[in-house]
Amino acid sequence: MTTKSTTFRKKYKPVAGKNDPCPPLKEKSYETPPHLYLGFQPPGLEQFEPKEALAKGTLWPALFGPYETPKPVFDRKGKEEA
Amino acid sequence: MAQMSAKKMKLLEDLQAVDFVLAELTLYLDTHPDDAEALQQYQETAEKRQEIKSAVETQFGALCRNTPLPEQNTPGWDEGPWPWQL
Amino acid sequence: MWVYEKKLMYPVKVSECNPRLAKYLIEQYGGADGELAAALRYMNQRYSIPDKVIGLLTDIATEEFAHLEMIAAMVYKLTKDATPEQIRAAGLEDHYVNHGISLFYSNAAGVPFQASYIASKGDPIADLYEDIAAEEKARATYQYIIDISDDPDINDSLKFLREREIVHAQRFREAVEILKEDRNAQKIF
Repeated sequence: MTTKSTTFRKKYKPVAGKNDPCPPLKEKSYETPPHLYLGFQPPGLEQFEPKEALAKGTLWPALFGPYETPKPVFDRKGKEEA
Repeated sequence: MAQMSAKKMKLLEDLQAVDFVLAELTLYLDTHPDDAEALQQYQETAEKRQEIKSAVETQFGALCRNTPLPEQNTPGWDEGPWPWQL
Repeated sequence: MWVYEKKLMYPVKVSECNPRLAKYLIEQYGGADGELAAALRYMNQRYSIPDKVIGLLTDIATEEFAHLEMIAAMVYKLTKDATPEQIRAAGLEDHYVNHGISLFYSNAAGVPFQASYIASKGDPIADLYEDIAAEEKARATYQYIIDISDDPDINDSLKFLREREIVHAQRFREAVEILKEDRNAQKIF
């Protein structure tokens, strides 16, 4: 049930076709935010201080899922997929 | 309209922070109506909110209709900047 | 009834003069998965939903109007001083020739807001899953706008709004559990 160090982003290797015109991405990812793993919120969870809660967008660290735009990871060989 | 000083803006942010706690607790209590601890936290936070709100209204003027107007020499409802103008 | 409070929910700041961002932000103003759609969807569903869940729909709907105001504040700041040259450079001509620098409920592509963006099935489970889906779509939209935007202050506001979608989705999932009346699912740990 723990969500402690669950990463909130999952990665996978997309298909790269031999005839793709653009340099293929080696890795794609998608968000799996914390609310997917929490279940019915239990009472008494740890809280942020008000200022930090406002900045982060939630009172509870257990519900906080930060977001950063992922950096594109290209296949080094480009079209010549191994 | 008066340029808002950093001190006034900070006061407004204090109110935004405490109101955010209330908003979060409100939603939590909508699905956890029997959580006595959360209810108590809500009460205490709402009471603390009153003071901060009064201080903000002294600087910014009335925040809401249907509440007593702030003292003299404070902006009225139609004076003072609107939220998107700050 | 409604009482308006004369403050933003979150301290919105815009650091750079980049009217082009207004075009992307407007997606969450008048778009299918935006704040207006969310507010009207929940506000409307609450008349036919079981009593246990009316409070949640009312409160989240209210918050969505506060979010709508935040988006409006960002768009206002980015466009209120725009010259026609800046409007042209930002790709906002289509909007400008109809609306000037006023805001309007349309999406980033200029499609006006429509009631068909929202659904109300009158079936509580269908309605709540529509709501969960709406929150996830809004979260994804904020992620895309954050990806496109390079204004760190706007991104702070957008990350706040994205996190609110996560919390709302959590509450709607809890509402489903409440309606399931499955004691095991709501057990206190």
